[in-house]
Amino acid sequence: MDRNRIVVEAEGVRKRFMGATVLDDVNLRISLGDRVAMMGPNGAGKTTLVRCMLGFYHIDGGSIRVAGHDPVTERVEVLRHVGFIPQLPPPVKLTLGELLNFVERSSGTPAEAIAQKAREMELDIIKHRQKPFFKLSGGMKQKLLIAIALARKSRLLVFDEPTASLDPRAREHFYELLQGIDYEHAAIYITHRAEELAGLVNREITMDLGKVVLDERV
Amino acid sequence: MKNLLLISYLDIRESLRSKWFYVYAFVFGGLMGLFFISGITDSVVMGFTGLSRLLLVFMQVTIIILPIFILVTTVKSISGDRESNILEYMLSFPISLKEYYWGKFTGRFVTVFFPVFVALLIGVIWGLFKGGGSIPWGMVILYSLLILSLCLSFLGIAFFISTLVKSHDVGLGLSFAVWILLLAFIDVALIGLMMQNRVSDGAIIAIAMLNPLEAFRIGAIALFDPELTVIGPVAYYLLDTLGHGFLMLYAVLYPILIGGLFAFFGYALFRKKDLL
Ligand SMILES: Nc1ncnc2c1ncn2[C@@H]1O[C@H](COP(=O)(O)OP(=O)(O)O)[C@@H](O)[C@H]1O
Ligand SMILES: [Mg+2]
Repeated sequence: MDRNRIVVEAEGVRKRFMGATVLDDVNLRISLGDRVAMMGPNGAGKTTLVRCMLGFYHIDGGSIRVAGHDPVTERVEVLRHVGFIPQLPPPVKLTLGELLNFVERSSGTPAEAIAQKAREMELDIIKHRQKPFFKLSGGMKQKLLIAIALARKSRLLVFDEPTASLDPRAREHFYELLQGIDYEHAAIYITHRAEELAGLVNREITMDLGKVVLDERV
Repeated sequence: MKNLLLISYLDIRESLRSKWFYVYAFVFGGLMGLFFISGITDSVVMGFTGLSRLLLVFMQVTIIILPIFILVTTVKSISGDRESNILEYMLSFPISLKEYYWGKFTGRFVTVFFPVFVALLIGVIWGLFKGGGSIPWGMVILYSLLILSLCLSFLGIAFFISTLVKSHDVGLGLSFAVWILLLAFIDVALIGLMMQNRVSDGAIIAIAMLNPLEAFRIGAIALFDPELTVIGPVAYYLLDTLGHGFLMLYAVLYPILIGGLFAFFGYALFRKKDLL
């Protein structure tokens, strides 16, 4: 396999929280073109694994490299290539204008590109520029986060249960947008509804008790 | 550096929209302004003979409220961000931890210090009209420096607590504990030590001076009352051993040193521990 295409490389990753082992010898390699549905019961360690990839946690053993870099010591290099959508939209107090300013200045993604993506999901950002993000409705928040992540053209997209707060129509838009991504990338979708992602993913990983118990191409 | 300014700018914008900022700005800014104006007029009218009761009250209020206000609002905002996953989202963008932490710190500093500073300026302008005479610029600058250093010392402690403790509630609890402890060691606890007669007076004074609140208090008193008459016989000891100039220098620099140290410990923890 071409090493240049590897986006995530995890070897023997272990993570403990207060004595409890949450990730137990996780080995995983995700390459460009992989679209992974990550499944498993609550508490299996999915969010924790993803947070390790994003450099939020210091792992207790093993190694992780994302886009060829260490997520903790080289977080800027890693995060330059990652678009992330959290499990729940955080109650960010910045206005939409300020949030877009933050995204543009930190990651170099033009606000206009984000507004364009948002329009494709029927969300008018310009109209709400002065509004604090947390005052938007749940669906609008999620749409904006999705628009930001997609506009960044990242090599790795990470979605932690992204459609939980979307209505069926918005979910359709979301899947259409995902199908329309026209640059090479890898994606991880943490999800409880694998069937919804059927046409979208080409790999399924199941975690349980901090281990990868199933990893297959579909 | 560019992201550091961005983070602090956004933090300031956010504070400007929050209620605590306005409560703080009006109550506290006003208080500081009055404190200063009455300090000036007092010392001009009475010729540095002593402090009025009013001035003493203002100073006590500052010492009691400013630290807890800084501690609570800062700990609340930082660990609140962590608990509500705002931190997770903001830190999923490519900014370094250095820029994020110090950006937040400078943003907080501006929001905490600026209202007080503006109040001070208003006081000075008011003094220009009222007194018509000369503004004691030395006093204005020294007083601003004293407030600045008090703000920095508690900001540093607040940032340290926010990175040390994950949970919001524990962070607030710890803030109150620190606050009560420092207040107690202004005099109640020291009197207790004295009455035991086992600790030498010099040691007790040294303990007192290690408290940034005490450093501020002595500095503020010395500013308007160089003989430190209000604090009684200890004044002779302090002035004899340190001298007026060194005392002022200490009152300004020591709290900044404390705040800086705690802020750096906090930063080290922020880098070394899990972020969430
Ligand atoms: N920051 C943390 N501190 C302590 N325990 C945690 C922390 N994050 C997750 N855990 C624990 O780790 C386990 C796995 O959590 P998580 O990765 O969120 O699971 P999943 O996303 O698969 O539902 C859970 O038992 C959870 O309680
Ligand atoms: Mg989860």
